[in-house]
Amino acid sequence: MKRLDFLIAGVGGQGTLLASDILAEVGMRAGYDAKKSDVLGLAIRGGSVLSHVRWGERVDSPVVRKGRMDVMLAFEPLEAMRGVGLMRPGGTIVCNTQPVVPISVTSGDATYPSRSEIEATLAATAGTVYHVDATSEAIRIGNAKVTNVIMLGAFSALLDVDRTIWEHVVLSRVPDAYVDLNRSAFRTGRSLIDGEDGR
Amino acid sequence: MTKALLSGNEAIARGAYEAGVQVATGYPGTPSSEILETIASRYGDRIYAEWSTNEKVAMDTAAGAAYSGRRALVTTKQVGMNVLSDALLYTVYTGVEAGLVVVTADDPGMFSSQNEQDNRWYARLAKIPLLEPADSQEAKDFVVQAIGLSERFDTPVLIRTTMRTSHSKGVVLEGPRQDVPDEVGPFPRRQEKYVCTAMWAKKRHPVVEQRLVDLAKHAEELPLNRIEWGDRSIGIITSGITYAYAREVFPGASFLKLGMTFPLPHETIRAFADGVDRVVVIEELDPFLEEQIQAMGIPAAGKEIFPSCDELLPDTLAELAVGAGLLPSKAVGSPSRPEVPAELPPRIPVLCAGCPHRSSYYWLSQMKMPVAGDIGCYNLGCLPPFNAQHTMGCMGASIGVLHGMSIAGMPERAVATIGDSTFFHSGMPALVNMVHNRSRGVVLIMDNGTTAMTGHQDHPGTSWSLHEREAPHVEIEAVVRALGVEKVRTVDAFDVQQVKEGLDDCLAFDGPSVLIAKGLCAQLSKPKTAAYEVNADVCIACGTCFKLGCPAIVKSNEVVESTGRTKAAIDPTQCVGCDMCRQVCPVGAIRAPGAGSEEADG
Repeated sequence: MKRLDFLIAGVGGQGTLLASDILAEVGMRAGYDAKKSDVLGLAIRGGSVLSHVRWGERVDSPVVRKGRMDVMLAFEPLEAMRGVGLMRPGGTIVCNTQPVVPISVTSGDATYPSRSEIEATLAATAGTVYHVDATSEAIRIGNAKVTNVIMLGAFSALLDVDRTIWEHVVLSRVPDAYVDLNRSAFRTGRSLIDGEDGR
Repeated sequence: MTKALLSGNEAIARGAYEAGVQVATGYPGTPSSEILETIASRYGDRIYAEWSTNEKVAMDTAAGAAYSGRRALVTTKQVGMNVLSDALLYTVYTGVEAGLVVVTADDPGMFSSQNEQDNRWYARLAKIPLLEPADSQEAKDFVVQAIGLSERFDTPVLIRTTMRTSHSKGVVLEGPRQDVPDEVGPFPRRQEKYVCTAMWAKKRHPVVEQRLVDLAKHAEELPLNRIEWGDRSIGIITSGITYAYAREVFPGASFLKLGMTFPLPHETIRAFADGVDRVVVIEELDPFLEEQIQAMGIPAAGKEIFPSCDELLPDTLAELAVGAGLLPSKAVGSPSRPEVPAELPPRIPVLCAGCPHRSSYYWLSQMKMPVAGDIGCYNLGCLPPFNAQHTMGCMGASIGVLHGMSIAGMPERAVATIGDSTFFHSGMPALVNMVHNRSRGVVLIMDNGTTAMTGHQDHPGTSWSLHEREAPHVEIEAVVRALGVEKVRTVDAFDVQQVKEGLDDCLAFDGPSVLIAKGLCAQLSKPKTAAYEVNADVCIACGTCFKLGCPAIVKSNEVVESTGRTKAAIDPTQCVGCDMCRQVCPVGAIRAPGAGSEEADG
């Protein structure tokens, strides 16, 4: 059974914790041992959030060692930059292109990296990088809050796990009133990488 | 048996359910808070759960329930244990009628705490059994074990987790709930056991000592302590989450994995030490195991390699182990490891947009007086742009520290800030003390209607509780008056001028005074209006609104040429329309959507 270590990087309020819960549970339902650990910054909202998710035959530590992450799912480009130090060379990155600009930038004390800088850094680290505009897709289908499920949908196309497991876990973890929206979000996301239109 | 993905805290809640616990109490504190929240939300029909006013009250309550025949569980974060301990120590002498378990969630790495204390010492101090789960499965199982030990040995039992064990999630096999009676009988009138007066307590002390001897014997056959033989050149003794890290870093080594870390199984430890060339103790924080093992005459390495500060995450462990020659150098990192780009813009913690505490710190920072702070979101007042808090120690400390400043004869006027939940927790006795001892100074109670920082739990001032949608609530102003404070004012925290007038009024009073700045936590209130706007034609770039430290107020692209200063703008995705910036703008440049810009603040 192949071991897989995932990093989910984002900003508080983006739904990264739900995404890491879903990813860990998908692993469990696909027959892996699974663990996850969230590293939250000091801020209640708006801080950096890094989640480690691990699938394997037997998982001991919930925390992954530096330079060993196979996949990074980045909800925000600056946080993707912060996460590259944890990636193994040649890994895979799926990165949402929509920035969440920190106060240090809006206050004029710091500069947000340019798109070309971000793309160059990610490309220098990973074997494969997918840039997806998940936020715009989420707004297009009706709610920016489902950006996280769009990201998971996109990323799910890269893993060899039955899509029905994914959809079951995603939909079991969202409020009843949002099941249809999240199903649509998952399928929209999946089509972004899969190229198979929400099948 | 079903499989579920649970955090350590959720697993402890599940363990309480399966162990037949019927009463669960605690005071919120990261990283422990989710235990009671999970008990209330998932098992509330079978387990009574409450947020008590503080940890000591929670412990006394659980003791009373356990004396009455109900299995009980108390939760606390590591520093809450200091508050709880007075109550814990008498239950050690009394023992219980039904199982009594205390869960302490420690915080190595200080993710949300004021210190890095190692609460395993409390087990040794109190002379009670200590269990340390390494993952969610053990977190659940150990609660069931702890209830069993508590009843078999007639003692409270301590379970110690850390932030990682409590907050990480893992796969847990769930089991059924043990049968416990619905009713309890009459209260046991056993004064010689439950009255800790010296004449009876003296007879209980030998019972406590004998219990420890019996527990140590029991530890030898307890499956919670197990040897995993591997390469005999190194034998690692460890417990809790560090076992998981060490397993990863030393995949081939021999392990003595201790589930019960007090009292220790001496024979098992000796057998393990005899079976390996070198004994290494790996534990986060203090040399709790190491010192006991060395006292047995076993030459064990520990803190000389793995320090007492911070978490011992796998990377740290590997680097230190390589440095000490325990692992070959190739065990560290990967050679072509990518580096994080230097100088990425940080995400700095600030009070939320719409936070009611903002108005108080806006004035306190300008008034430049010393401020004794307390535990809660308002501690962010110590950071820029406010820099308006000068001490912070523990729950309820601010009022006592203010009193100390007063009696020390400090020449300046001073303020203590304290939140509503913290006031009920341990602020009240300090305030009474100020009254009785003729103190001077302003106690600013920042009442945002909830225990915000730990995730919006109830407290005696809220009109709901953990187990009831509608609960009796206690008015802070009435309490303050009843405590004997003559000068009391309540102001609307969202009315910036009112807060200033209140502060001035209280500061002028020669004695202890209380200002209650009342305004609902931004996370609980709905956005009041759509986002405000800055009229760039009116803005003079004076920077007054920036002094509010609001994440929604940002620098625009426009610069005033004569001063070189940047005009303000409002980030519409962040602004919740709290109105404070409009109130402080001296030229009326900030307006609510649809409002004219010329009207100055009236």
